[in-house]
Amino acid sequence: MELCDRSACELAGMLRKREISSREITESVFKRIDEKEETINAYITTTRETALKQADLADKKFRNGKRTPLLNGIPIAIKDILCTQGIRTTCGSNILSNFIPTYTATAVKKVLQAGAVLTGKTNMDEFAMGSSTENSAFGSTRNPVNIEHVPGGSSGGSAAAVSGGETILAIGTDTGGSIRLPSAYCGVAGIKPTYGRVSRYGLISYASSLDQIGALGRTTEDCAMLLNVICGHDRLDSTSAQVKKPDFRRSFNKGIKGLKVGLPREYFVEGIDTRVEDQIMKAVKVLGKNGADIIDISLPHTKYAISAYYLIATAEASSNLARYDGVKYGFRSNHDLPDSVRMYEETRSEGFGKEVKRRIMLGTYALSAGYYDAYYLKAQKARTLIKEDFDKAFEKVDCMITPVSPCLPFKLGEKMADPLQMYLVDIYTVSLNLTGLPGMSVNCGTVDGLPVGLQIIGKAFDEEMVLRVGNAYEKILKGPHRKDAKNAEKR
Amino acid sequence: MDYDIIICFETHVELKTETKLFCDCLVKYEAPPNSQICPVCTGQPGALPVLNKKAVEYAIRAGLALNCTINRESRFARKNYFYPDLPKGYQISQFERPFCEDGYLEITGDDGKPYVVGIKRIHLEEDAGKLVHSSGSLEASEYSLVDYNRSSVPLLEIVADHERNPLRSVKEARTYLEKLRQILKYIEISDCMLEKGQFRCDVNISIRPKGSKGLGNRAEIKNMASFKFITDALEYEIKRQSELIESGSRVSQETRLFDEEKRVTRPMRSKEDAPDYRYFPDPDLIEVEIDRDFLQGIEDSVPELPDQKLDHLIKHFGIPRHDAIVLTREKKVSDFFEKCALHCNDRRRLSHWITKDLFKLLNDSSLTIEECPIRPKDFSRLINLTDRGDITDSIGRTVLYEMFRTGKNPETIIEAKGLKPIQDVDLLDKILDEVIGENPDAVSKIKQGITKPIDFLVGQVMKKTRGKAPAKKVRELVHKKLLK
Repeated sequence: MELCDRSACELAGMLRKREISSREITESVFKRIDEKEETINAYITTTRETALKQADLADKKFRNGKRTPLLNGIPIAIKDILCTQGIRTTCGSNILSNFIPTYTATAVKKVLQAGAVLTGKTNMDEFAMGSSTENSAFGSTRNPVNIEHVPGGSSGGSAAAVSGGETILAIGTDTGGSIRLPSAYCGVAGIKPTYGRVSRYGLISYASSLDQIGALGRTTEDCAMLLNVICGHDRLDSTSAQVKKPDFRRSFNKGIKGLKVGLPREYFVEGIDTRVEDQIMKAVKVLGKNGADIIDISLPHTKYAISAYYLIATAEASSNLARYDGVKYGFRSNHDLPDSVRMYEETRSEGFGKEVKRRIMLGTYALSAGYYDAYYLKAQKARTLIKEDFDKAFEKVDCMITPVSPCLPFKLGEKMADPLQMYLVDIYTVSLNLTGLPGMSVNCGTVDGLPVGLQIIGKAFDEEMVLRVGNAYEKILKGPHRKDAKNAEKR
Repeated sequence: MDYDIIICFETHVELKTETKLFCDCLVKYEAPPNSQICPVCTGQPGALPVLNKKAVEYAIRAGLALNCTINRESRFARKNYFYPDLPKGYQISQFERPFCEDGYLEITGDDGKPYVVGIKRIHLEEDAGKLVHSSGSLEASEYSLVDYNRSSVPLLEIVADHERNPLRSVKEARTYLEKLRQILKYIEISDCMLEKGQFRCDVNISIRPKGSKGLGNRAEIKNMASFKFITDALEYEIKRQSELIESGSRVSQETRLFDEEKRVTRPMRSKEDAPDYRYFPDPDLIEVEIDRDFLQGIEDSVPELPDQKLDHLIKHFGIPRHDAIVLTREKKVSDFFEKCALHCNDRRRLSHWITKDLFKLLNDSSLTIEECPIRPKDFSRLINLTDRGDITDSIGRTVLYEMFRTGKNPETIIEAKGLKPIQDVDLLDKILDEVIGENPDAVSKIKQGITKPIDFLVGQVMKKTRGKAPAKKVRELVHKKLLK
């Protein structure tokens, strides 16, 4: 197996044993990038030179024999929605195609401080608006599992890079499923933590009350390792939570015996591909056989989630994206423009893609005088009801299991003509953004060679439970796990 | 025809916090363009606002001084509109649940009676940047530059109530603004410098035939930062609107701008063109909860307000009302007075010297009381010296001038300048004898019991000694020599 195909935990162990160097891992990753990138298009920007320098620096730290963070020397890709000082950050959009931030996002700062090696900025749906990574001004990303198919979105570049060995770990963001869906489609593990768990400072906002940064990796342990580094309160983000920061890897090896696992019946109704449903039910059976208590639960307001989500997300987006006006940074239309209003119009017409414009218009409408109560306010009320559904259900269970997506990874172009079909792909994921709850996607096998993702949902700030169940499931499927990072750290 | 006039202000006041409303950048007016900026106040992608607690404290202090109800739960909202000086494409302001609501400000009405003007709400918001045009306006310019130093400086908007006791004349409007500005300066939340744009107004005005009910269509005149212009604009509007009514036309509800050169208002946009700001709660900022201790702390920090201070000066220090009014116009002045008063015997004399002599010196060199080089303690020593008659008032003035120039204490100046009073009784006797010899008429009158020429003789002694004779002592000598 190539180094670039191994898990972060394995590599961390090997690095500590001095069996390999960070430079070797990094070179392996860039070799893979050279081979695959032309087809996959997982990255908008790769940062080979700085990566090699960072790798050498990480190796030096190992040689000096100092205790180093687990992430030291591990290659990581960052979704191009997080600001990186001095490195172009486009958000997948023409309007930021020339934007070089003057500062670095908190989450990125943390991984760099931990010694991670930045391999580049990954492709995404423009401003994270999309479920297939086809809405990028820098071309679509292909699914490395089957290049005819989409990788899911919007963090499709991050998931594809991890899946195809073009990086080891990746940071993504999730506003309506944007980590979980591509993780499911590319067959990797991805967690969206509780809203407020990771600082949003430096994350280019799509919908502020829904956006959350999370981790993608080859295993649940890889996700935990990365989440450990990026989480925590940040005084630069008023919405970041002041909660205790656990070691998420501690939750592993506890098993699932006696855990109450909820199965929301509203998630298994018409619209779901029966092959996906069968695969999920197989996983549920496995969990049951291994001691979990499977409990039927109800989330009665589920049917309002998609509508509420698309109203709130677009309303916030319409305001968040107002700053791209050609005045201060980014793209400005170079037509001969008679006045500032025309400059706004031309810049935004040329700078934004179709889907972004669609959502700005939708959101602007939802906030307009006379419509605010009927749309935005109603959506907020639905959001409260959905939250109450989860609160009630969580009185009875420790976690929930659902599919991530109602369908298998679809083909490129398949849903581009029908935005509504595309929106419905998010049907099982958006509720967690509306409620702020943590959720993750774990691979539960394939159908016709295409990966299916199992979604595990936890209580607020109980990522430990989500990771614990995900990890247990992985272990049941794969048998006793390879050398894990725990051993690595002991050395 | 006679009209009722209905005037109502929305006043924007820049708070003098050390840092901006949502970031750590300094609030600095004299700094070079774009030197006080960061990702947050220039609306960089991904940057997030963090609320300045001091600004909240100031907003609430203003609310308490203007008798408002303080909302214990408050939140910020986004006001969405495009303009090149607005980096995020929205202004963070407040809409529902501002910090303060339902207050009032008491002024003296034109009829001399107290009049309680309703304050509808006070909310906190961020200021925009500043555009510098290559000529006149954005539209007329070949290019315009943006300075974001002012972007996100905390701004307090004080909205008067046009239903609850609006202002009834241009004069009352001016009284209201002056009183409001005085209070805001008193509670030390803003310097309210008009020329620096720290105190700006939008004003609504409508008129209706006297005695009739209901409100006429109003004009809103935007963004004025000079009391003179506000007065001019209001007078122009009253004329314009009454002419419209008298010619049988209707006043249309619209926003207007004041042309400072031509002294007229011009239409800017009609009610139909009013922008839809699409206010909604800012999801980047959490709800602000004002806890009891925080509120109590602010309540305790509200100083004596001008009206209370005026009472205090009159009753406690016994100074004349007209002096007290002058002294309480600014808190810094009344503070100076009170500091001096601690060491001073004759407070009337003190207030007179401050309001006349000291103010003249300050005015002549265009200094504020804070910049006054004389320490209160030294000032009161000077007053005591003149009070005891150790030096004459006229020498006192000379000393004051020197104190103002050098910042030295009065004794040092008197010593150095040789202004020390003559204490040698024999010498004074000798000079008095000379004066008596030179003025037989006056002397005979005094001997006949007419006391008036005594002052004349004392004055003559003063003249010969260039004011250095202690007047009290000379007077005693005159009495001894001529009236025993």
